[in-house]
Amino acid sequence: MAKLHITTSINGEATEFLCEPHETLLDVLRNDLQMTGTKEGCGSGDCGACSVTVDGRLTCACLVLGVEAAGREIGTIEGIGGSDKLSVIQEKFLEHAALQCGICTPGLVVSTQALLEQNPNPTEAEARYFLAGNLCRCTGYDKIIRAVLDAAATMRGAA
Amino acid sequence: MAVVDYNAPQSVQEAVALLSGSDIKTKVMAGGTDLIIQSKSQAVEPLRVVDLKHIAEMMSYSLDDGGLSLGPCMCCAEFTALHDVETLYPGLVEAAYLIGSTQVQGRASIGGNLCNSSPAADTIPALIAIGAKCRIVGAGGERTVAVEDFVTGVGRNCMQSGELLQRILVARPAPGSRDAYLRFIPRTEMDIAVAGAGISVTLDSQGVCTAARVAIGAVAQTALLVASAADALIGTQLDDASVAKAAAAASAAASPITDRRGTIEFRRHIVGVLVKRATLIAKERAQASL
Repeated sequence: MAKLHITTSINGEATEFLCEPHETLLDVLRNDLQMTGTKEGCGSGDCGACSVTVDGRLTCACLVLGVEAAGREIGTIEGIGGSDKLSVIQEKFLEHAALQCGICTPGLVVSTQALLEQNPNPTEAEARYFLAGNLCRCTGYDKIIRAVLDAAATMRGAA
Repeated sequence: MAVVDYNAPQSVQEAVALLSGSDIKTKVMAGGTDLIIQSKSQAVEPLRVVDLKHIAEMMSYSLDDGGLSLGPCMCCAEFTALHDVETLYPGLVEAAYLIGSTQVQGRASIGGNLCNSSPAADTIPALIAIGAKCRIVGAGGERTVAVEDFVTGVGRNCMQSGELLQRILVARPAPGSRDAYLRFIPRTEMDIAVAGAGISVTLDSQGVCTAARVAIGAVAQTALLVASAADALIGTQLDDASVAKAAAAASAAASPITDRRGTIEFRRHIVGVLVKRATLIAKERAQASL
């Protein structure tokens, strides 16, 4: 099967890749672009481990075909913080020990960033509903929510 | 199904031409939250995908004196943020907000929910309650079908091969007319309806119900429009006795199955409770709109 040549932008950088029509954006990120920060949990849109943004809108990379990235702006965990500096959300996840095995963490950080861009001052209930699609198999939700609300407060203070 | 060919037409005409132009099984894709998963589960059969999201009119909406004209592929996250739509059709927005997670709502669309035609689809009873119609287009031209006639079975609908859903149309509700949607799931978020109820009621200035539509979901092979439940409401002040009659009519109309989400007896009971509660919410909204 002929591979398709796709031109896109990932975390603000022009990117090209070749993919087959059945490959998902998650397959492309992890297998073709070696961007393994985005995790595969369920592969069926239920767990949120592969949360990314497409043109700024939060979604699961496993629910997007790789070819659909053409001309879009993709945002992944690799675009948050940097190798020598963590984002406030990442710092707060560490500070509150809001991770155990860590597989849900990149997705949660991406989702939390989307939440706080949309709603800088969420209530606990709003945060829990927004993040309901990010499952933590270690069930550490309490610390996660504390980290999210602390990050929100810190970012509001800094703004 | 394994996706072997991806097409992103720029116009409805181009999309219709693509739908009938191949020997390979061809499916329309909106958000893909059902189709991509289905394509992975039976990976043998080749599948040709026609992605409608590059067609501007499939992604847009308009709201004017004539009512709502919705591009079926607009994602639920965008739809639920439309405050003008929410004011007039709060029940439909409620239903769209219940589909999956934030992430799923970033892709999933009302048109996709409708065309996937699951008995448990949240937006279908909500659409039936407000009398929504589907404009379908194919090589043979256009036709319009009421949502209650669109779905014909579990995962089946009235669209012929080569047709696609072009528009969802809903009349503008008059003052005194509003809708509500409720569903039951055993948790607070991220589940599939065990039962659902979409209601719209119209009240006159005396608070008398002059029109009503009651639709129930996940309790039969398709969502049902229950005329007997609406009849129990029309002509009343939506008092407790009338609402209880409507609830009983809905329970009687249901023909649910027992599965891991709920038993026949429970579904029959809970769908009546949902009809009652959703009617009272719609009543309150209708009063506020007068």
